[in-house]
Amino acid sequence: MQTSDWLQLALFVGILALITKPLGLYLVQVLDANGRTWLDPIVRPIERFSYRLMGVKAEQEQDWKQYTFAMLLFSLVSCLFTYAILRFQHLLPLNPQGLGALSPDLAFNTAVSFTTNTNWQSYVGETTMSYLSQMVELTLHNFASAAVGIGIAAAFVRGISRYSTKTLGNFWVDLVRVTYYLLLPLCLVFAIFLVSQGMIQNFKPYTKAKLTETFTIQVPKLDAKGQPVTTNAVVMVQSPKLDAAGKPVLTNGVAVMIEQPQLDAKGMPVMTNLPVMVDQIVEEQVIAQGPMASQVAIKMLGTNGGGFTNANAAHPFENPTPLSNFLQMLSIFAIGSGLTYYLGRMTKNQAHGWSVWAAMMTMFLAGVLVCWWAESAGNPIHHKLGLALADGNLEGKEVRFGIFNSALFATVTTAASCGAVNAMHDSFTALGGLVPLFNIELGEVVIGGVGAGLYGMLVFVVLAVFIAGLMVGRTPEYLGKKIQSYEVKMAMLSLLVLCLSILGFSAWASVSEWGKAGLNNNGPHGLSEILYAYSSATGNNGSAFAGLTANTPWYNTTLGFAMLIGRFLMIVPIMALAGSFGLKKAAPPSAGTFPVSGFTFVLLLIGTVLLVGALNFLPVLALSPIVEHFLTAQGKLF
Amino acid sequence: MKAFFTEIRGAVMATLVLTVVCCGIYPLVVWGVAQAAFPDKANGSLITDAKGNVIGSKLLGQGFTAEKYFHPRPSAAGNGYDAANSGGSNFGPTSQKLADSLKDRVEAYRKENGLKDTDVVPADAVTASASGLDPHISLRNAALQIARVAKARNLGANKIAELIRAHTDRADLGVFGEPGVNVLRLNLALDKQ
Repeated sequence: MQTSDWLQLALFVGILALITKPLGLYLVQVLDANGRTWLDPIVRPIERFSYRLMGVKAEQEQDWKQYTFAMLLFSLVSCLFTYAILRFQHLLPLNPQGLGALSPDLAFNTAVSFTTNTNWQSYVGETTMSYLSQMVELTLHNFASAAVGIGIAAAFVRGISRYSTKTLGNFWVDLVRVTYYLLLPLCLVFAIFLVSQGMIQNFKPYTKAKLTETFTIQVPKLDAKGQPVTTNAVVMVQSPKLDAAGKPVLTNGVAVMIEQPQLDAKGMPVMTNLPVMVDQIVEEQVIAQGPMASQVAIKMLGTNGGGFTNANAAHPFENPTPLSNFLQMLSIFAIGSGLTYYLGRMTKNQAHGWSVWAAMMTMFLAGVLVCWWAESAGNPIHHKLGLALADGNLEGKEVRFGIFNSALFATVTTAASCGAVNAMHDSFTALGGLVPLFNIELGEVVIGGVGAGLYGMLVFVVLAVFIAGLMVGRTPEYLGKKIQSYEVKMAMLSLLVLCLSILGFSAWASVSEWGKAGLNNNGPHGLSEILYAYSSATGNNGSAFAGLTANTPWYNTTLGFAMLIGRFLMIVPIMALAGSFGLKKAAPPSAGTFPVSGFTFVLLLIGTVLLVGALNFLPVLALSPIVEHFLTAQGKLF
Repeated sequence: MKAFFTEIRGAVMATLVLTVVCCGIYPLVVWGVAQAAFPDKANGSLITDAKGNVIGSKLLGQGFTAEKYFHPRPSAAGNGYDAANSGGSNFGPTSQKLADSLKDRVEAYRKENGLKDTDVVPADAVTASASGLDPHISLRNAALQIARVAKARNLGANKIAELIRAHTDRADLGVFGEPGVNVLRLNLALDKQ
C-alpha cells in the first residue's frame, strides 16, 4: 500500500467527482425529448429519420405498462436476432478464421447474456466468435442494453419527480436519444484514445509471428483421415506394495505405493485404447486480431464488460497501458455517477442526488480498501514456499497493473455491473475475492450498472425511508409522496427475486453432478466459483471466478435463466413502483418528514443496503470465502 | 391488435436501425481514423525482423527458456503465450495444484539464477499472469537474472543493466501503474549485441 497507490485512488475519486455534474447536466438534456445539446445540428435529422423508420411518435408519452411492454418487446426481438446470427455465423461474412456455429445452449446463453447487459462469457472470444458476431451482435447489445438501463432509470426518476400523472416518457425516444447523443459520441472519442494506447482495430486474419525460441509440445498423432491414432495399452494403477506375506510394506507408517497393471476378474491385465502422442515443434505465435477498440469503448461506458478476448481487460491488446486502465475504470463509473446528479436535478433536490452519491462512494471506498489490503498482504501459503512477502498476491495479475490497480478494477467492475476484469478474480485471496462477490450480491447499487445502479439504489432509498418512517411512527414519505403498502411490496419483490435466483440456483448446482463437474478448484473455493457464477448472472454483472467450466448445456441454460430473472423480473416491479409514484399527489413536507439528504440519510441508506445484502448472503458467504480465509491462514490445501 | 403490430414494427426497425448505426457506421469510422492516425498500434504493434517477417508484438509476451535469454512469467494461455487463447490459471488461494507448481517453479528459479535455498523469489517470476500474455517482468526479477544471462552471453553485467533500463516501461505520466521490463524486446535487443 504505497504512497503512489493512494495518489491514484485520490485521483480516481477526485476526477469522478469532477465529471459528475457536467455529465448529469448533459443527461438532463439527453433524457428530455425536447432537450438541446451542441450535437443537435448533426444528430437531430438522423434522430428524426430514425423515428420515421421505426414509426414512433416522439411527442407521445407512455404509461408504465406501455413503456415496460415496449422495452420487453425490443429486448425479445433483438435477442432473437442475435441468437439467429450466432447460430448461422459460419454462413455469414467477416469470419476469416472460419469459426463454426455456436451450439444452441451457448447461443441462448450468449444472446441472453448480452441482451440483459450481463455479458457473461461462456465462450472464448478468440476461438468462438467471428468478427461479424463480435461487431454486429455483441456491440449492438452493448449499446442497446445500456440505453435501456438508462431509459428505465430515467422513467423511474420521472415517476418520482412528477405529480398526478400516468406517463413516464417514451421508451423508443429514450433508447434512440441515449444512444445517439450520449453513448455514440463518447465512444467515438474513447475508442480512438484507446487505439492511441495500443489497442487494435482492424479486420485482418490472425497474424502469425515467427518465434525467436521454438518449443515442443505433445499432440495426438493423426492418421491420413485426421483421426487420432490409438494404441492398445495396459491400464496401470497405483496400489500398495505387498511383502511376501501379503501385508503392505510401510515406511514411517505410510504404505509404499507402486504402479501395477490393473487386473480383471480373471486375473488378466485390463487393456485400453490410448492416443499415440507425438512431439510437435511450435514455431509461431498466432496473434488474435479484430475490431477491438470500437467494442471495448462501449463495453466500458455501457458497463457491459463482455471481453473481445477471453482474458478481457487483462489482455495487453484490450488494456495496453496503466493509463488506458485508469480511463477504462473511470468510464465504467462515469454515466452511473452522472445519473445521481440527474436525480438531484430532476427532483429539484440536488442535496438528495449528492447524498445518494456519497452513500455509494462510502461503500465503494470500503470495498477498495479491503480488497487492496487483502491482495497486498498476499497468501501465507505461498509466502512459505519462498515468494516475496512484499509482492503480494500476483497469481492472475498483470505486472503493469500491479496489486493496487487490479484490486481497484475488481471493486469498480463489480460495484458497477460491468464485469470486465483486468485480473482473474478466481485467483484472488479469499477476502480479496469476497469483495467483488459481496458487491454483486448487494445488487450492484454502488454506482452500479448504467441506469440499473440508480434504479436499484432508489429501491433501497424507498426501503430506507420506509424504515425511518416506522422508527418515528409516521407515514413515510419520499420527496412528498406517501409510501404505502403497494410501494413496499414492489420494492421487496424486486429484492427477493434477486436473492431467490442467486441462492436457489447456487444450491441446485452445488448438489448436482453437472454443477460439480465444472469446478476448477476443490474445497470451499469450489462453492465460491458456483456462487459467484449465479451472483454474476443474476446481478447482470458478467465477471466470473473463471475457472468454472460453464460452457455446458446445464450451466449455459441455468445461467441464462438467472440472467433473465435478474434483469426483467427486477425491472417490472420497479416500473410498477415508478408508475404508482407518478400517480401520487404532492404531500407538503411536515415536521415528521424524513429528509432524504445529509449525514443521517446517508448512514441509514448504507445501513439498509448492507443489512439486506448481509443478512441474505452471510450464511453462504461464511461457507465459502470466509471459511477459506481461515483455512488459508492454517495452510490447508485442496 | 393494431397497436401491437405497430410496436412489433418499432422493435424490429429499432433493432435494424441501431445495428446499422452502432455496428456498421460506428466501428468503421473508428477503424478509418485508427488506421489513418495510428496504423502501427491499430494493427497490433507488430515487431518485424530485418527481412520484414513478423516476429511478435511489442505488447505480447513470448516464452523463453534458454539461459542466454531473460525468462518471462509462467503462462496459462494455451500451451504457453498462445496469443489466440488468452487466460489465467484461475487456481484459487487454497489450490493444491497451484501450491505444487509454485514449489517447483521457486526451486527452478533459485537453481537457474544461483540463489540460496532461503532467498525469497519475486512473486511475478513464479506466478501466471491474468492474460497469459503479460509482456513484463518486475525490475527485481530482471535484476536477479542478469548474472545468468551475462555468463551465458559473455557480456558485461553493466551493459545488460543498461539494456534493461532501455526496455523498462515506467508508470504512465509518472503516476499510473507499475514499472515493468518488456522481456521480448529486451531479448531481441540482446540478440542484436
